[in-house]
Amino acid sequence: MSISIDTTAPAPEVSPGAHRRTRLRDDRRHALIFLGPSLLGLALFTLFPTVMALVMSLFNWPVFGDRTFRGLDNYARLVGDPIFRQVVLNTCLFVVLYVPLNVVVSLGLAAWVSPKIKGRQGFRILFFIPVLTPVVANAMVWRLMYQPGGLLDSVSQTVVGSPAPSFLASSSTAMLAIVVMSVWQGFGYNFLVFSAAIDQVPLEQLEAAAIDGASGRQRFWHVTLPLITPSIFFAITLTLITSFQVFAQPFLLTKGGPGNATQTLVLFVYNEGWRFLHMGLAAAAGWVLFVIVMGITAIQFLGQKRWVHYG
Amino acid sequence: MAEARTLASRRRLAAGLRAVISHALLVVLALLFAAPLIFAFATSLKPPDEVFTAPPTLVGSELRFENYVEAFRFAPFARYFFNSFLVAIIGTAVVVAASSLSAFAFARLRFPGRELLFVLFLGTLIVPQEVLIVPMYWLMQVLGWVDSYQALILPFAFTAFGTFLLRQFFLTVPAELVDSARVDGAGLFNIFFRIMLPLSRPALAVLAMFTFIGYWGSLLWPLIVIDNVNAKGTVPLGLNQFIAQQGTQYHLMMAAAMLAMVPSVLLVVLLQKNLTRGLLTTGFGGR
Repeated sequence: MSISIDTTAPAPEVSPGAHRRTRLRDDRRHALIFLGPSLLGLALFTLFPTVMALVMSLFNWPVFGDRTFRGLDNYARLVGDPIFRQVVLNTCLFVVLYVPLNVVVSLGLAAWVSPKIKGRQGFRILFFIPVLTPVVANAMVWRLMYQPGGLLDSVSQTVVGSPAPSFLASSSTAMLAIVVMSVWQGFGYNFLVFSAAIDQVPLEQLEAAAIDGASGRQRFWHVTLPLITPSIFFAITLTLITSFQVFAQPFLLTKGGPGNATQTLVLFVYNEGWRFLHMGLAAAAGWVLFVIVMGITAIQFLGQKRWVHYG
Repeated sequence: MAEARTLASRRRLAAGLRAVISHALLVVLALLFAAPLIFAFATSLKPPDEVFTAPPTLVGSELRFENYVEAFRFAPFARYFFNSFLVAIIGTAVVVAASSLSAFAFARLRFPGRELLFVLFLGTLIVPQEVLIVPMYWLMQVLGWVDSYQALILPFAFTAFGTFLLRQFFLTVPAELVDSARVDGAGLFNIFFRIMLPLSRPALAVLAMFTFIGYWGSLLWPLIVIDNVNAKGTVPLGLNQFIAQQGTQYHLMMAAAMLAMVPSVLLVVLLQKNLTRGLLTTGFGGR
């Protein structure tokens, strides 16, 4: 699957002369009506709040009560706050663990579940199910996994004879437990993206390589992989961006604990805004996230020329 | 000659054996992947005192289907399901309507600044929902929408994803169809409703299903904007409250979780071959 964002639509065929002029006038009049709802919605619910987020981040803005302009005070507080620094590190740790794991698992499985595999559609559906089921339900299922006495613990007691560690209660394993659950839940998306891309690889090229004596592994590394780099690029960018926004898994599994060991950026925004009612500080933390996301997008688009082969 | 033939057949045999082993391994892996779901479902049918056993069991001493009924008695799940369906259905209608209208303008109408406006549309995709929630909550306060259905439905109904997806599809509808209809004197709304929408049914269905699932599973925004969970809460909010109040009743929690998954699983099975096309629509990537 190649994702090209082409912003120019081919011009509709227009007959010459008067027709053309009345039609253009007609088009222009209707454009506003057709675009109206989306324009209004995007302006009110996306553009305006984006600007307001910046404005709010410059104020001491309690949910109720008086607001006072504070300049960059909120940002200074964030920089000086050891908890916020830990939150940023936690988020980075999640990203560094989650993104490579997700991409390796989904790419590996996509290559494995090749078009020759029987019941391929069944595997696709199965792997995609947790992508679409509510995160809360997924998290409940995984609490049952990680819980002392839960599935992992009882398997460990049966096989090894000793109880498993309490994964979510220990700060050394909690983040890893969240990552594992997240990979389980999320890799089906990239799996499908890679599967679709692998299906597009021309059979003749693979056969030609096979005739030249290339092994299966060589064919994957030297034929398939270069041809699907646009999809890999797309998947990594998207996964990076969404993983910086991780919220539901730590919120549901650990509430950010033990201590602050699994508190992430968005969890911090939520806590500051709706537990401590510091909307200004929450908005500033939100903008930090926004800058990170913009940065990744920029780096990825600059970097893609180096290693992406667009066919 | 004969030697070469046995060599070739042996190689074929080895390849066949490898394929069988590879497939068997894959099935084992798929079972491991499904294990949490299978075990959760099994737990939802167990008596409460048989949830935690070593070695783990799949079937308890009896199959307690009453767990599902009991879960509904412990929390107003009927209400949560009603709210979720209401919000998801209306939200999906709004998203499909707004995106198809604007997609038509970008695909088939000529007006000054079209390309620039489209780039601006796409540009809004870079703003994460998580950045918007703080000012959005303030906006809801100003509008008096806190704790309301419209607050659950409208704020995130206008995204450029749908417009982008449908525009790409509209572009594949032959321009001659639209043009000849115009020559015959058909108005643009007629063309939109009578030609464009019927021809785009597959794309509309994909957008609708993914949007529905997005609303169905949404947690963060409802968590913020809904105070009275028992009146306006959606299923994820209900489950979250259930965890807080009945966090040790795993047999009931699993029953509730299984029910919440049903619509999503149904849609995955229904979507099947269209899954890939839907991937781009609502940003489920690597969640």
